[in-house]
Amino acid sequence: MERWQRTMERQCNAPPDNIPIVLARGGHHGPVIHAANRAARLAGINAGARVVDMRAICSELRVEHADIAGDRAALDRLVLWARRWCPWTVRDGANGLILDTAGSDHLFGGEAAMLVAMETQLSLLGISARIAVAPTWGAAWALARFGPVRCVCMEDDVRTKLGVLPVTGLRLGNETVLLLQRLGLKTIGAVMDVPRLSLARRFVRAPLEANPLLRLDQAMGKLAEPVASLEARPRLRVQSRLAEPIFDPTPHLPELCENLCQMLTQAGQGCRRLHLTVYRTDGDVSHLDVATSAVTCDPQHLHGLFRDKLEQINPGFGFDLITLEASGVEDMHDHQSRLDGGSDDDLHLTQLVDRLSAKFGPRAVTQPILRQSHIPERVAGRVAALDGITKIVASSVKERPLRLFNHPEEVRVLYEVPEGPPAQFVWRRQTHRVARYSGPERIAPEWWKDRPGTRLRDYFKIENQLGQRIWLYREGLHEDGRGGDPRWFVHGCFA
Amino acid sequence: MLTTGSLQSRKRLKDKAYQPDLPKQTLSEVFPKTASDTASTGFVLAQLARADAPILWIQDRLSRKEAGEPYLAGIGTARPIIMVDLSRAADVLWAMEDGLRCKALGAVIGEIWGDPPVLDFTATKRLAMRSEASNVPCWLMRRAASPNLSAARERWRVASLPAARDPHDPQSPGLPRWALDLFRSRHSKPGQWVATYDRASDRLDLVATVRDGTLATDHGAAMQRTAG
Repeated sequence: MERWQRTMERQCNAPPDNIPIVLARGGHHGPVIHAANRAARLAGINAGARVVDMRAICSELRVEHADIAGDRAALDRLVLWARRWCPWTVRDGANGLILDTAGSDHLFGGEAAMLVAMETQLSLLGISARIAVAPTWGAAWALARFGPVRCVCMEDDVRTKLGVLPVTGLRLGNETVLLLQRLGLKTIGAVMDVPRLSLARRFVRAPLEANPLLRLDQAMGKLAEPVASLEARPRLRVQSRLAEPIFDPTPHLPELCENLCQMLTQAGQGCRRLHLTVYRTDGDVSHLDVATSAVTCDPQHLHGLFRDKLEQINPGFGFDLITLEASGVEDMHDHQSRLDGGSDDDLHLTQLVDRLSAKFGPRAVTQPILRQSHIPERVAGRVAALDGITKIVASSVKERPLRLFNHPEEVRVLYEVPEGPPAQFVWRRQTHRVARYSGPERIAPEWWKDRPGTRLRDYFKIENQLGQRIWLYREGLHEDGRGGDPRWFVHGCFA
Repeated sequence: MLTTGSLQSRKRLKDKAYQPDLPKQTLSEVFPKTASDTASTGFVLAQLARADAPILWIQDRLSRKEAGEPYLAGIGTARPIIMVDLSRAADVLWAMEDGLRCKALGAVIGEIWGDPPVLDFTATKRLAMRSEASNVPCWLMRRAASPNLSAARERWRVASLPAARDPHDPQSPGLPRWALDLFRSRHSKPGQWVATYDRASDRLDLVATVRDGTLATDHGAAMQRTAG
């Protein structure tokens, strides 16, 4: 809701606060309300109700679409943003963040002060938040949603603080909550007082979301629920600190590459990308990335990829810290191709492709493949070299030229009969007389891809007076109702 | 006029690699007669030994525009091709040299337009020595170029000739025929031939021509002699 409000404010068409607005999402029986603003909540509108019902309650209700995927992405970004307080953060459901602040609260002057700082920072972002500190994920979830404002809960008073909260705070499904309420268990404390054996017997087969006993154990810390943070893999990074600023990282690169490859080799891994970062003395950083076509941990090769790229680094007034980080880390699968352990041909090929792509850019080094089509230029596709795409062998029985022009070149022709081959044509300012020909081979447009009105093509293999064999086509027919007179193009050359 | 002594029928150039007295793979240059003449491409592809090692094919921008790109549907998918599209001749030479360091390649084919200053005797010598060191054949296609000083071990001029007669359709061109002119060669005798290439069997039939080249007038004779 607040994200929508901010977007509207940015677009300068935010509605005033006293108009009830709801965000709606699709439901089984028509749209249901995803979120409501304050005016709407005061009018008695609850999230989860159907929009038509709520319109009956509040006739001036304004309904907007909820961007659930956008909310999720924003929350994911917020997860990373929250790393400013602690290194382990994770998204919790659709509207929560869990931060494992163990050991980092003292940096902000204690837990209560940290909560105030968090709420301030979040409100600066325009987000209202309810925050609580608790020893377990489950307890923090319940206290943040149903507990007092900025609740700080220690190890020993979890029981008392959770006891007064409603059973909804146990992260249970709606049906289970309803069942517990029907059983007369209104608060978590009431559930705690029930003998453990009878709860276990009642919910023996229930999954975690419907099992109050397991949820209670999680909240009390009897059942482990670790925070599985994103990007928990160790970063493979080496750095070299310099005594005084320099301008050229070249002399330090071989050592950095060797150290990094040593780390990779110890982990049995290789990398596909390298990021070189230099930290400049004027408080700026400069990046340089290189990539390889196959997983590698060969320091010589990785060093060679930087050879002509180091000029792209902007050293400013010099830099005193160089870091080299490996990403795209994958396990190495080394094969010994020969019994005597000689050189590996495939390895050399991938290294060659890497060198060429590093120097000329990845778009310059490609591998032609055949695609399924009848149109000659669509048959020829390009993929990145050594991409390992299985070959689609188009079974073309017709003879095809050895070379194809990227853009067919239009020629002026003289013909005897409109449907036949030309008698003579002018291509690249030279007159070619047709000595022999074969064809036509008619290729119709692909109606499922082409725009309507695309004309068919009649291909001729022409031999001119000098013996050159040229692939020529006429686009369209006379009187086919798709434009004027057909045009002629040279499309390729035979050997 | 053909003489029996000069008739070198069905000599396969690609068998050279297996003859012990001849050198191994090296740098060869091909000069097409016109820019759009594709006979040179067919000749180079016919000269490569049949294997599934990939080809590194490097083109500069003008060659790509004027002569077109290699078309996989016509060449066949027997071996992978790694295309490198560059713009400057110096880059083409750099990439060719780098490619010749890799013994896993089946061949390195470079196309350079005109006579750029970087393509001098030293550059071709480097290519030739690298090619011989790694035993990877290297072909340099030079369009709109003059055959000036070069260290290429073999230098060819290739032009299209009117095709052989198609046995099924007299109107249409049959097997392609090329005029080959080996005008400089380090290890064999220079000569001129008329070649007929059969793609289905990957077979290149050579017939020596006399110097005055009267053969061009009756193109059917060569094929009949060869067959007989």
